[in-house]
Amino acid sequence: MAFQDYKPWLGITGSRWIGLDNFERIFQYKEATQAIINTLIIAVSKIIVGIIVPIVMAILLSEIRNMGIKKSVQTLVYLPHFLSWVTVAGLMIDILGLDGGINHILTRIFGNDPIYFLGDPDLFRFTVVISDVWKSFGFGMIVYLATIAGINPSYYEAAEIDGATRRQQIRYVTLPSMLPMIIVISTLSLGNILDAGFDQVFNLYNPLVYSTGDIIDTYVYRSSLLNGQYGFGTAVGLFKSGISLILIVVSYRLAYKYANYKIF
Amino acid sequence: MYHKTTGYRVFSYFNYAFMILAGLACFLPLLHLLAQSLSSKAAISGNMVSFWPVGFNVDAYIKTFNNSNFNGAMLTSITRTVLGTTISMFILTCAGYALSKEFRGRNVLMWFFIFTMLFSGGLIPSYILITALGLKDTIWALVLPGAFGAYNLILLVNFFKTIPKALEEAAFIDGASFFVILSKIYLPLSLPGIATVSLFIMVGHWNSWFDGILYMSDASKYPLASFLQTVVVQSNMQNMAMSQSEVAAMSEQSIKAAQIFVSTLPIILVYPFLQRYFVKGIVLGAVKE
Repeated sequence: MAFQDYKPWLGITGSRWIGLDNFERIFQYKEATQAIINTLIIAVSKIIVGIIVPIVMAILLSEIRNMGIKKSVQTLVYLPHFLSWVTVAGLMIDILGLDGGINHILTRIFGNDPIYFLGDPDLFRFTVVISDVWKSFGFGMIVYLATIAGINPSYYEAAEIDGATRRQQIRYVTLPSMLPMIIVISTLSLGNILDAGFDQVFNLYNPLVYSTGDIIDTYVYRSSLLNGQYGFGTAVGLFKSGISLILIVVSYRLAYKYANYKIF
Repeated sequence: MYHKTTGYRVFSYFNYAFMILAGLACFLPLLHLLAQSLSSKAAISGNMVSFWPVGFNVDAYIKTFNNSNFNGAMLTSITRTVLGTTISMFILTCAGYALSKEFRGRNVLMWFFIFTMLFSGGLIPSYILITALGLKDTIWALVLPGAFGAYNLILLVNFFKTIPKALEEAAFIDGASFFVILSKIYLPLSLPGIATVSLFIMVGHWNSWFDGILYMSDASKYPLASFLQTVVVQSNMQNMAMSQSEVAAMSEQSIKAAQIFVSTLPIILVYPFLQRYFVKGIVLGAVKE
């Protein structure tokens, strides 16, 4: 289909073959190129922030000695992961709106005009990344917390006897012990570089922010299912799948090479 | 020793405060939603509702449950979740059990499954396939495409692998068949794994909205999440064109809030019971010794 001028009423056997034309058009259409650029920017920021925040939070949480508080905080921060993006979008639209809670607080503190988080093209990517972190950092913490819990306590005792402060213990014991896990997670997330999160963007965006918020998946949806360019939409989708596959295989090999990680 | 330094104590206080704030930040939006759903219209449009209902009433809930579209969508969601989870778990446990053994061609088979996880034809081909199979507008379009998820398969295979071989051999000698071994030994012993994977699949079914919109041509057949998507998100997009004050007057925020809250409730209720399993489940699946 990606190589055809596909017409639903003619089917795959009846439609005209047009070779690579659909793929060439990806780079000719300004909107399509923009969608690819947006995808890359959003996905890369999400990956970077999505790795750093859970690591920092896991280290900070492991410093909390009161088990009751620790467990409650854990329970609460995992929760958003299980909410659907529809629900979260509903919350975000309400809270981030012009007269929503966040603007309420900001205008009271800084006295500025309300900020239109979801309708301002300059802010939209930022909003997407932040809301993604809000939803997923707790869940991302789980593996790091497990890694920290698995560190042999005698390392800390030894460090303490040598006079290490807590900060030095984290710097020289905790972080190096987490490194293999961090490498695995980061390399594996490379495979997601063309995946900026259809569910999220589709539910949060609107025509005002297409210029910076339209990603490959939402673009495919609009250009093909809504505008009937089936062959072209398929080509864009195939393009994305192909590149993602290569990236995932490469990142998997890297993870295996540097951290001896195997999925099964 | 470090516990006693002033620096650490100050850090500790800040850390406690910060962590509690982080926990609250994940939870307060939901509380806000609950408060809105229980508040009067005037209080909401006057922006008076934060985390406690103002002008307490349950009208929004009465309207929600009297809405036949909402109830129908709820029923569709429940059916698909139960049906989908059952089918998926049956396929996954059988496949996972087989694949946790060593046999010729196992790795080829495994890569074959994983390939499906990494590479998809994309939106349009999937859509045309489902239509061609005649699944469109039936509940099977929602249940079958995702029934065999490679990611969940990997979790289960890793789980089954941790069960000692000797147990199986002993059962064999006592005359147990493969199915008896699977149901009497493997399943009970890997309860955390089963619970985790079931939770993922259940939540996935409950939350997924896009397939509903894609495969159901009639809005009355939408599952709950798709229904909500049209109510909450799409109406908001249409409203973008109007000024904010008009929107505030038009949208019945309390009903929206009630609908979102009711649809989220099952997750909030199930989640605490399964939480202790899933932490174990994911970690065992992810951390390899």
